[in-house]
Amino acid sequence: MEEKQQQKKKKNKYSIIVPTYNERLNIALIVYLIFKHLREVDFEIIVVDDGSPDGTQDIVKQLQQVYGEDRILLRARPRKLGLGTAYSHGLKHASGNFVVIMDADLSHHPKYLPSFIRKQMETGASIVTGTRYVTGGGVHGWNLMRKLTSRGANVLAQTLLWPGVSDLTGSFRRSVLEDVINSCVSKGYVFQMEMIVRASRKGYHIEEVPITFVDRVYGSSKLGGSEIVEYLKGLAYLLVAT
Amino acid sequence: MKHIIKILSLLVAITAFWIGLLETSVVPRSNAWLLPIYLIVSLGCYGLLMVGVGLMRFPTCPQEAGLLQKDIAEAKEFLKQQGVDVGCD
Ligand SMILES: Nc1nc2c(ncn2[C@@H]2O[C@H](COP(=O)(O)OP(=O)(O)O)[C@@H](O)[C@H]2O)c(=O)[nH]1
Ligand SMILES: [Mg+2]
Repeated sequence: MEEKQQQKKKKNKYSIIVPTYNERLNIALIVYLIFKHLREVDFEIIVVDDGSPDGTQDIVKQLQQVYGEDRILLRARPRKLGLGTAYSHGLKHASGNFVVIMDADLSHHPKYLPSFIRKQMETGASIVTGTRYVTGGGVHGWNLMRKLTSRGANVLAQTLLWPGVSDLTGSFRRSVLEDVINSCVSKGYVFQMEMIVRASRKGYHIEEVPITFVDRVYGSSKLGGSEIVEYLKGLAYLLVAT
Repeated sequence: MKHIIKILSLLVAITAFWIGLLETSVVPRSNAWLLPIYLIVSLGCYGLLMVGVGLMRFPTCPQEAGLLQKDIAEAKEFLKQQGVDVGCD
């Protein structure tokens, strides 16, 4: 049994796609933490940097010196082209049979990656997502307003879309991610919602694991702005499009 | 099938049921007229209740913030030794 699991772990390769924009410090920290928590797993980290002016790419090159250029791939793009296309760009260069997408800002901690992998192996799911809304999950550093918006958005989406899952930062079977990503058209924040809704409409097996979400310590959020309006537009779009 | 169509057909079904009630007058007409209002009000209550309950039971993890700080310090130390630039930005 033990041996079988070992073998399985050897066969699978995980491509971790990390989109960055001005994450100079965070990218170094997250790479260290990924290597720390995924010791006996075969993986590569694909950094999709959109020409960050703060020199994120210099740091990535330094990290390549430490960890090896075959473990950390820098697949940069000339300018800020958005989060949604960053994933598909990274995917083009992925050589693993599983793809993990995660933010660089440490709000999703790499220590949860082993539980994603374990969950996938136990259930054979095509997609594993992290959720903050079950026991073992949680958030830190959110004020009442943010919690209220989050809950409101969640209830609205659950009532109108019946997606079956609550959050997205996931580990995908490669073919599934390709399929899902190719049918998505939204950008930014809504993109994450669209991916999971489309996946669930297509009938893929989705599992969830609890994760915690600690607000970013360094750098600043690039989404923001009129998020509520964007969210409502996205919701309306998904209602008619899926 | 597009999702909006599912929701619309649900609405149509409910409306048809309601018109049926109005026509056959199994329940007194005056009551049947009020049913849609009850429906909307209870839907609103359900929404508010779900948001309220979710808000009260919102899971938080203050200990995680401390752990993260430790991890960050550890990472910085290691990376500095390796010659990666982790100065404050
Ligand atoms: N390549 C690329 N990465 C981006 C872009 N916008 C955001 N990101 C990255 O996507 C992740 C999530 O963004 P963030 O600003 O933290 O969004 P938030 O967590 O929703 O506030 C971070 O790792 C960002 O650096 C972009 O236009 N291009
Ligand atoms: Mg973030």
